[in-house]
Amino acid sequence: MSILVIAEHDNSSIKGATLNTIAAASNINGEVTLLVAGLDISKVIDEAKTISGVSKIISCDHELYKNFLAEDFAKLVLSIADSYSYILAPATTFGKNLMPRISAKLDIQQISDIISIESEDTFKRPIYAGSCIATVKSNDSVKLITVRATAFDPVSLDNNDIPVESIDAVDASNISEFVSEEIAKSDRPELTAANIVISGGRGMQSGDNFHLLDSIADKLGAAVGASRAAVDAGFVPNDYQVGQTGKIVAPDLYIAVGISGAIQHLAGMKDSKVIVAINKDEDAPIFQVADYGLVSDLFDALPELEAKL
Amino acid sequence: MKILVPIKRVVDYNVKVRPMPDNSNVDLNNAKMSVNPFCEIALEEAVRIKEASNAEEVIAITVGKTESQEQLRTALALGADRAILIESDSLLEPLAIAKVLAKVVEQEHPDLVILGKQAIDGDNNQTGQMLAALLDYPQATNASEIKLDESNVTVTREIDGGLQTLQLNKPAVVTTDLRLNEPRYASLPNIMKAKKKELTVTNISDLGVDVNPRTELLSVELPPSRDAGIIVESVDELVEKLKNEAKVIT
Ligand SMILES: Cc1cc2nc3c(=O)[nH]c(=O)nc-3n(C[C@H](O)[C@H](O)[C@H](O)COP(=O)(O)OP(=O)(O)OC[C@H]3O[C@@H](n4cnc5c(N)ncnc54)[C@H](O)[C@@H]3O)c2cc1C
Ligand SMILES: Nc1ncnc2c1ncn2[C@@H]1O[C@H](COP(=O)(O)O)[C@@H](O)[C@H]1O
Repeated sequence: MSILVIAEHDNSSIKGATLNTIAAASNINGEVTLLVAGLDISKVIDEAKTISGVSKIISCDHELYKNFLAEDFAKLVLSIADSYSYILAPATTFGKNLMPRISAKLDIQQISDIISIESEDTFKRPIYAGSCIATVKSNDSVKLITVRATAFDPVSLDNNDIPVESIDAVDASNISEFVSEEIAKSDRPELTAANIVISGGRGMQSGDNFHLLDSIADKLGAAVGASRAAVDAGFVPNDYQVGQTGKIVAPDLYIAVGISGAIQHLAGMKDSKVIVAINKDEDAPIFQVADYGLVSDLFDALPELEAKL
Repeated sequence: MKILVPIKRVVDYNVKVRPMPDNSNVDLNNAKMSVNPFCEIALEEAVRIKEASNAEEVIAITVGKTESQEQLRTALALGADRAILIESDSLLEPLAIAKVLAKVVEQEHPDLVILGKQAIDGDNNQTGQMLAALLDYPQATNASEIKLDESNVTVTREIDGGLQTLQLNKPAVVTTDLRLNEPRYASLPNIMKAKKKELTVTNISDLGVDVNPRTELLSVELPPSRDAGIIVESVDELVEKLKNEAKVIT
């Protein structure tokens, strides 16, 4: 069986979720080919050559793929899709944007956001914000899959010199155009890759108060996240959001501060190994999933916590 | 300009969904049903575009059972001009929905199709991108801002690392994220008026689209439950537990 994994990267390094996706692919019996397309990607290719579990790399270095626009990227994947019985990508905004476009062109019903591979055609995936887990069998000849990164431990970077084949770009679609991008820069670890995440909710009251979380995050080497309510209130940017419609995280330690624990928030963090909740309302639903709950005003608890770490 | 807004009838987001006792599916008996929240946002955006005199007509469409007329009436009360039900006895997969919608787009020729980014039942996040692919239209998913001019649509999208802005040729497909707008509530007079608006019903078999399922649902289960935790009495106790019991900090 031949498996194609589509690498997510930013033209300078491979995104972590790609490694989890390759890990998922390793549960299928077959050789894994990694597609790396972008512009000026020699550094990405060098890194890709070390990824465990990959047998071959296909590279396409071209202006057209610089910003990973779905219209052109899908056409590139379609130009090589014939050779594969599985096509996988991470269930990140990159993979979610791209994969259904490929899937519709191949007339295949994609399986989104899988958390396990039960057999060659059967997969588990969360539905209803993770309230239930569905076991789904695909009867399509080719399986198109997006992978929930947190459900698979990443493969390591200890391979060497995986062979690379270059392919040509395909004709441009010329129906959409990249205008601009604002990518948040931070010295802290990325939310989805961090071992510790500390998130604030509406209880934080303002964006300024997030400095209380920042200083704890700095001490712990943690990433900072937020509930939707905190993002909607403008306390922090949208890329902080954890949940059903934000990012899915599963760190070793997740600290929820001033977050009530709505099902849509839990959907994004309840697979964390250890959950701590700090909330002044002892009846807050977040305490039902917390390993350690502290019923306290966060404005008292956070400075004390910072001091004692 | 004409805008088509596909909406889906789903379980209300406040309902805690559980599997059926035999684990064959989810148990939706007597569950409150609503318009998918992302579709409400899509509809709100279309109505605002019309109110700003940038569109003449907003059409709401759903593919579903007869009961979905309730959600179409809601859409009409929220400002859609007319509604289309493509009636189907079974619930369809995103690919089939996209094929049906593509057929309707070929009949209606909208300049813009605005969908939700995902339906909160299956959490698939596929239909809009599939529709765009089938029509060879450009797409912008997870929109947090939409701007229109004569021939283009400029969309700011929420992506994992921040925000991205794209310019699409019309006709185009856009899917909505939560922060695009805050949907209005339907007023009583508008609910009354909606009853008189046009709602056409077409049987899905009349469209000649292959909607056969490609997947089988084998079972539905609860996710593994977490062991009950403890309430700590102080920050000191919390730090002690995290260090010595959970061993997640040093
Ligand atoms: C379609 C849809 C998708 C959604 N997707 C997401 C998602 O991806 N992520 C997400 O998070 N939400 C999502 N939501 C929203 C979700 O339903 C909740 O509204 C949201 O998670 C609530 O955020 P919160 O817990 O910060 O706010 P609230 O529910 O208002 O809770 C605030 C908490 O702070 C506590 N508090 C207040 N002051 C203090 C203090 N001084 N000290 C200690 N505690 C204090 C309160 O006791 C309360 O428990 C979604 C909703 C919908 C409809
Ligand atoms: N049965 C349906 N009828 C009309 N539109 C739908 C239907 N199912 C999905 N959609 C649209 O596609 C979006 C994404 O749904 P999904 O791909 O199922 O997550 C929804 O927000 C709707 O706008």
